[in-house]
Amino acid sequence: MTDAPEPVVITAADVQHLAGLARIALSPEEIDHLAGELTSIVDSVARVREVATPDVPATSHPVALVNVLRPDVPGAVLTQEQVLSGAPDASEGRFRVPAILGEEQ
Amino acid sequence: MADGTALSSDALLDYDEALAKYEPVLGFEVHVELSTRTKMFSAAPNPAAADSGTVEPNTMVAPVDMGLPGSLPVVNAQAVRYSISLGLALGCSIAETCRFARKNYFYPDLGKNYQISQYDEPIAFDGSVEVELEDGTTWTVPIERAHMEEDAGKLTHVGGTTGRIQGADSSLVDYNRAGVPLVEIVTKPIVGAGAAAPQLAKAYVATIRDIVRSLGISEARMERGNLRCDANVSLRPRGQERFGTRTETKNVNSLRSVERAVRYEIQRQAAILDAGGTIIQETRHWHEDTGTTSAGRPKSDADDYRYFPEPDLLPIQPSAELIAELRAALPETPTQFRRRLQADYGFSESEFRDIINANVLVELEETVAAGAAPAQARKWWLGEILRIANARGVEAGTLVSPLHVSELIALVENGDLTDRLARQVLEGVIAGEGSPEDVVRARGLAVVSDDTALTAAIDEALAAQPDVLQRIRDGKVQAAGAVIGAVMKAMRGQADAARVRELVLERAAR
Repeated sequence: MTDAPEPVVITAADVQHLAGLARIALSPEEIDHLAGELTSIVDSVARVREVATPDVPATSHPVALVNVLRPDVPGAVLTQEQVLSGAPDASEGRFRVPAILGEEQ
Repeated sequence: MADGTALSSDALLDYDEALAKYEPVLGFEVHVELSTRTKMFSAAPNPAAADSGTVEPNTMVAPVDMGLPGSLPVVNAQAVRYSISLGLALGCSIAETCRFARKNYFYPDLGKNYQISQYDEPIAFDGSVEVELEDGTTWTVPIERAHMEEDAGKLTHVGGTTGRIQGADSSLVDYNRAGVPLVEIVTKPIVGAGAAAPQLAKAYVATIRDIVRSLGISEARMERGNLRCDANVSLRPRGQERFGTRTETKNVNSLRSVERAVRYEIQRQAAILDAGGTIIQETRHWHEDTGTTSAGRPKSDADDYRYFPEPDLLPIQPSAELIAELRAALPETPTQFRRRLQADYGFSESEFRDIINANVLVELEETVAAGAAPAQARKWWLGEILRIANARGVEAGTLVSPLHVSELIALVENGDLTDRLARQVLEGVIAGEGSPEDVVRARGLAVVSDDTALTAAIDEALAAQPDVLQRIRDGKVQAAGAVIGAVMKAMRGQADAARVRELVLERAAR
């Protein structure tokens, strides 16, 4: 962490890019609006750095627990009918989805 | 989708010429499916576990595996232990604390629209693996990291032949594999292998396979997708420091293919560079049938997956005691394993080298462990089984189980089968007709050891060659051969030649 972080500005182009990644359609007005809001959110979060000294460990979770584990013992599964019960379309025991452009990640 | 038309159009530079001008730099991402009983984050049974046969689609699925609202993941303790063991076997440091992260992308192979993986805090990092090439030289492959994640579901693409809407191809999704525990092993760039690069690639993946098998943490069957390899290849002009642009050939799923794919990419990229072109950073698909790669999607170093810490899971902090316990339980390394077996079995250097190069050492060891003599095990794996494997272009280990080979050898040793019959039985086992005993029974292939039947056949043969007994009595024992041959023919090979010989000599001595 630097002592004087550069202020971050979220541009309309950033919002458009993120909206694309999140598959959300936004109007130009919404994009401008969100760019302003996200900039101020990022700015607020950045203030944490002013109080966080190097001896404060980074946290990703408010719960002070680690190693919450489960024994390797099989439990209940859904039936194939249950699995597919919410599927708009199914075939041969599997979900049928439109042909996917692109590929596995 | 990749289509066949573009495949053969790649220009390839002669391999030796490519190596004279360019230096290949390799990198691998190997995914290992762990054979825990349950999945990474749910208690659904794991289809990659040891005893899983074929299962119906979407029958090994818990709500977590589909990302149903309200379901929450809980980490499988055994998967963490397996991952630490693997990290230690790769010579890695184990993180004092590590976290899971969400890798966000839209693709129906996962129902959540993200994969739970690890990002900047992998469980294991900075290791190295010793790899032995075919000529016996060893290479040290540097390991960047090994991290835990979940496997994705399986998509089957079906063509637009239903006639509904033109081009209305669709994909069928089975989530049984979603959530299977995976460890992804990432190497650092591997420099300096030169012309041996394709061989090193194969040897590296074989070594990873041997390691996870000896740890007993994965079934490690490449043909079943338990072990999957993405191979990164780039070239740089000889003398240049900076790495060239790399391609990532995805899902190369046999050892032989790893070697071929790396070789192909070296020749393909060299031809482009040689013609003054530039390499596009992209994924490439490997085509087993044509032995070629084709362009996939463009790839950047920072694919925008918007990783962030997984809020549904807490950090993992392996204790020093756990790490010490798992370290103490590590099996010997593949190199140590080889040295020990070579000494135990008493094979010569070249006999042993043949076994390594045919990739049947583990199979051979398991065959011996199941009761066969090492020399017999070697004879079958390097003989008939390897011959069939080569003819079919598959790994010998995929054809038949070590247990069945040891049973087959026992049948020969007991005199129930001749070598010739045993080869027919092997054929049956490979064809899926069951165990050697099953095949013997179903095909009626047992050696005729019933002396009455043999005696009848011998009588018949002697009637046709009445002077044989006298010639034997005169000291010409080899005359028995003609009778033995006739009897074997009459019994269609299903007789024990040694027993026939005994009976003929007994008759002559009377």
